[in-house]
Amino acid sequence: MKLRPIAAVALRQIYLMRSSPVRILPMVAWVAVDIVLWGFIARYLNGVNSRGINFTASLLGAVLFWDFFTRVMQGVTMAFFEDIWSRNFVNVFSSPLRISEYLCGLVLTGVATSAIGLLAMLAIASTVFGLKIASLGLLLLPFLMVLFLFGIALGVLASAMVLRLGPASEWLVWPIPAMLSPFAGVFYPLATLPGWMRAIGHALPPSYVFEAMRSVVSGGIADPGQLAAGVGLALLDVLLACWLFVTVYRYAVRSGLLARYSAESVS
Amino acid sequence: MSHPALKASGLCKSYGDIKAVDGVSFDVEHGEIVGLLGPNGAGKTTTINMVLGILQPSAGHIEIEGIDIGRERSRALAQTNFAAVYAALPGNLTVYQNLRFFGLLYDVRDLDTRITALMSEFGLESLRNTRAGVLSSGEQTRLALAKALLNAPRLLLLDEPTASLDPSAAQQVRSLIRMLAQREQCGILWTSHNMYEVEETCHRVLFVSHGRILLEGDPKHLPQEHGAASLEELFIRLAREPLSANRAAS
Repeated sequence: MKLRPIAAVALRQIYLMRSSPVRILPMVAWVAVDIVLWGFIARYLNGVNSRGINFTASLLGAVLFWDFFTRVMQGVTMAFFEDIWSRNFVNVFSSPLRISEYLCGLVLTGVATSAIGLLAMLAIASTVFGLKIASLGLLLLPFLMVLFLFGIALGVLASAMVLRLGPASEWLVWPIPAMLSPFAGVFYPLATLPGWMRAIGHALPPSYVFEAMRSVVSGGIADPGQLAAGVGLALLDVLLACWLFVTVYRYAVRSGLLARYSAESVS
Repeated sequence: MSHPALKASGLCKSYGDIKAVDGVSFDVEHGEIVGLLGPNGAGKTTTINMVLGILQPSAGHIEIEGIDIGRERSRALAQTNFAAVYAALPGNLTVYQNLRFFGLLYDVRDLDTRITALMSEFGLESLRNTRAGVLSSGEQTRLALAKALLNAPRLLLLDEPTASLDPSAAQQVRSLIRMLAQREQCGILWTSHNMYEVEETCHRVLFVSHGRILLEGDPKHLPQEHGAASLEELFIRLAREPLSANRAAS
């Protein structure tokens, strides 16, 4: 793999953001709205509950982590969609760029855009609502790693889906995080769920993060084995998603889909 | 050992029962401009897409500078570049940003110097910070050509590069392409529906119809050799009666 082609894919997004602040706004605005909304809900619940539960840490922390995962996924898919919207597939894929380099470029873009969202969320959550995310200590690393890896996996998976089904299927991508959230136990323990939903929840790496986070917030400890399972599962998901993207890409080259691909020609 | 810029051998592309390209073989030598002619749906763009690596042939193989694109895709494509009227560059990037983006994709060394030289050669300096989407057709074509030359390709693919240009701009582009072929000694595969342009620019033409090469030769001599008054008349005859022309050719 060469670094310069990877940098090119990420640089294109930086150019677009620099030339149009409107592109930066959604990265910050939606997560800010989420943090403000859930921050006040947590503050209200802290005032009315008599059991000493820290809703700021459990609720607001969960929202922050979930939004981070969502931003990573959207960072990857948005970079891919840029090539669709600008009908740039022929130009990009007729270059010496390798698929592995292209995927790395998408991931790099996801890192950059999600970091912007994460910083905005941390700033609001800590200054306005007093969330002490640093109290999680070193656990932050595996937490963020699992969510980051799973965000990349879903971003690549969603890109493969749109490459295969056409630009119109873009609208199937946006609801994916919302559809997964009930299974991932973002706001409640997996034990709350019926058996079949719990089984799906266990297959989702973020569920291990939220279970561990709730345990730590309520004074317990995070199970290292469970966290390792989350990391392993997330890594496996990344590999599977990349394999799927490469398989779909090869199909698109073989079938002529890639050569014909444009916003108008495929639906 | 010297290789042609492009060697296509027994290229076929089928979609179910439909044969879009059916056993096409040809070479493009260094410094040679080869015109790929044919009616709409003849298989020209399919052939170019296979050379560009975005469409896998059903059979046959392609070598660019002696490198098999099926085996070493990235290394083969590093030797080539293309400009096509249907593959506009991203309109939301400026002229400079487009050239930098594609320069990095092609891993061009000393990129800023190369971009400066190409912007000067194609008269794009004053448009450096203008978004590609608001350029005129002529300016977009010049930008596409500048992008196509970023990596000093040994094989240049031009799919109707003058289609949206006025006669004066088209004439300038043709002169530039001829000069490039001579100066850089790169092979050029050119598709066009403008027979005057083809006659003026190409050293050799390939007539394609129904996915096959029906005729091949010097565009200045082919019409007389086949009893036509002009290249355009020959084109029309071949497009309408490909099978009889096929017999005439053989």
